[in-house]
Order: sequence, then structure tokens, then C-alpha cells
Amino acid sequence: MAQSITEDSIRAALADRLKASHVEVQDMSGGCGQAFTSLIVSPEFAGKNSLKRHRLVNAALKDEIAQIHAWSARCQTPEEYEKERAATGGNDGPPLDGTAGGEVTGVSQ
Amino acid sequence: MFARTILSRQLLRPAFAAPVAARTSFLTSIQARFLSDQTRQAIDKAVSSAPVVLFMKGTPETPQCGFSRASIQVLGMQGVDPAKFAAFNVLEDNELRQGIKEYSDWPTIPQLYIDKEFVGGCDIIVSMHQSGELAKLLEEKQVLAVESEGAEEEAAKKE
Repeated sequence: MAQSITEDSIRAALADRLKASHVEVQDMSGGCGQAFTSLIVSPEFAGKNSLKRHRLVNAALKDEIAQIHAWSARCQTPEEYEKERAATGGNDGPPLDGTAGGEVTGVSQ
Repeated sequence: MFARTILSRQLLRPAFAAPVAARTSFLTSIQARFLSDQTRQAIDKAVSSAPVVLFMKGTPETPQCGFSRASIQVLGMQGVDPAKFAAFNVLEDNELRQGIKEYSDWPTIPQLYIDKEFVGGCDIIVSMHQSGELAKLLEEKQVLAVESEGAEEEAAKKE
């Protein structure tokens, strides 16, 4: 029986499996551990388009994603992350599009 | 924007034979996991039914999930031609709902296909919209509504 999925467990899995230098994970399900959004910064994304980056993440988190209802990600290389931080004086963080104030609405997966 | 006719239920709900009891559980689990030929063919057809196809929860008029709603909003903002767009409601058909995830090798819904190629889910759609990549792709594929006086007059006449 898989252990429950939490922001920390996903963060650890991403850092470990994707050699991510920076990971932000947010629970969008009001603490239910059912929907997560993330910002992942890893050099492994270099040279890959958006879809390929997402597929890399999906493959790395295959077991976790299969158990939850919603998953969003923003995948950046360390260079892109630094650029965004310099430009906006901060980072936009995990994508919250489609949520209502950071929480998932509507029918589950 | 209106939804194209959703594939008839007959097409998307193939008659599933009941699993034979004599088979080993290993075989049955493989069968259950892989897409049946019929479902695959039905999805093939759905994906080719229009230049822009969105598999979503609910309909474009009444999305049943925030991510599906956001995706429809983006496509609307981009000005996709309704005549070149088809939406399929996975909530109407459980086989479609599970099948499309195997078919696209993508775990979540909504799922956007442009010109039969998988583009991505909500967060990819939104980020491509923000970067201008989506507008470029839609223009390339010539699926945007043409803004000409002729077209507007025609639309007005139809109403």
C-alpha cells in the first residue's frame, strides 16, 4: 500500500529523480493530498520543449500521479528560473491556472 | 463557441466481452490496462474529427472543472474558429475517460490535440498562450476564425 502523498513526498521525489535544484509543491486540494501543482527547476529540462519536459516529470512521478486527481507543473531550467527571478524580482511559482484561489474546483479525475 | 456533436455513445462504448474466468489474473490485468482496439479506433476518429480537438470535463458552455474551463477560455481568447473545433466530454463516457489517458500517455484531463498531435494539458496550454507559442501554432494550422466582412455578414444572416 503506497504511503500517502504529501507536498514533502513529492518535493523529495522530484529532487531525487530529476536532480531538481529547486522545487515548489503546493497542495491544491485544501490539504486532502489529492491535487498538486509544482514549480520544478532542473538542468534536465535543457533543450526540451514544454511537452517533453512535462512527460519527463510524468514519467518520474508515474506512481504518485496515478494516485492523485490533478497535477500541474511548470518546468524550468536553472537559467530560465534565474532570468524570471531577475526580471520580476521574485518567481511566479507553481501554476494556479484553472484553480479558484489555489484550490481545485469541479469533478475529480 | 459551441461544441461539435459529441461522438455518438455507440461509437465510444464498444461492447466489452466479459473476462473469461479461466484466464490467469496476470492476463486479465494486462487486458484491462491496454486500450481495446475498438476504443483506440474510436479515439483515433475523435482526434481526427477536427483540426482542434479538446477532451474535457463537461462542455464548452458548461465546463465541469476549473482546468477544463481555463483551457476553453484560452481557446476562445485565441479566436479558434468554431467550425474547426470539436470538444469531447469525458464525463459522458467512462471508456473515453480512461482510454484517452492511455492513448495520449497523459494522466490528466483536459487534453488538447491540434492537427491530430497531442499538445498538452491546461498548464501547457496556458503557458503557450502566455508565451505566444499557441497563437503562432494556431495561425500556422489556419484554425483561427477569419475576420472578414463577408464572414460576419454570413454569421449575422444565420442568426
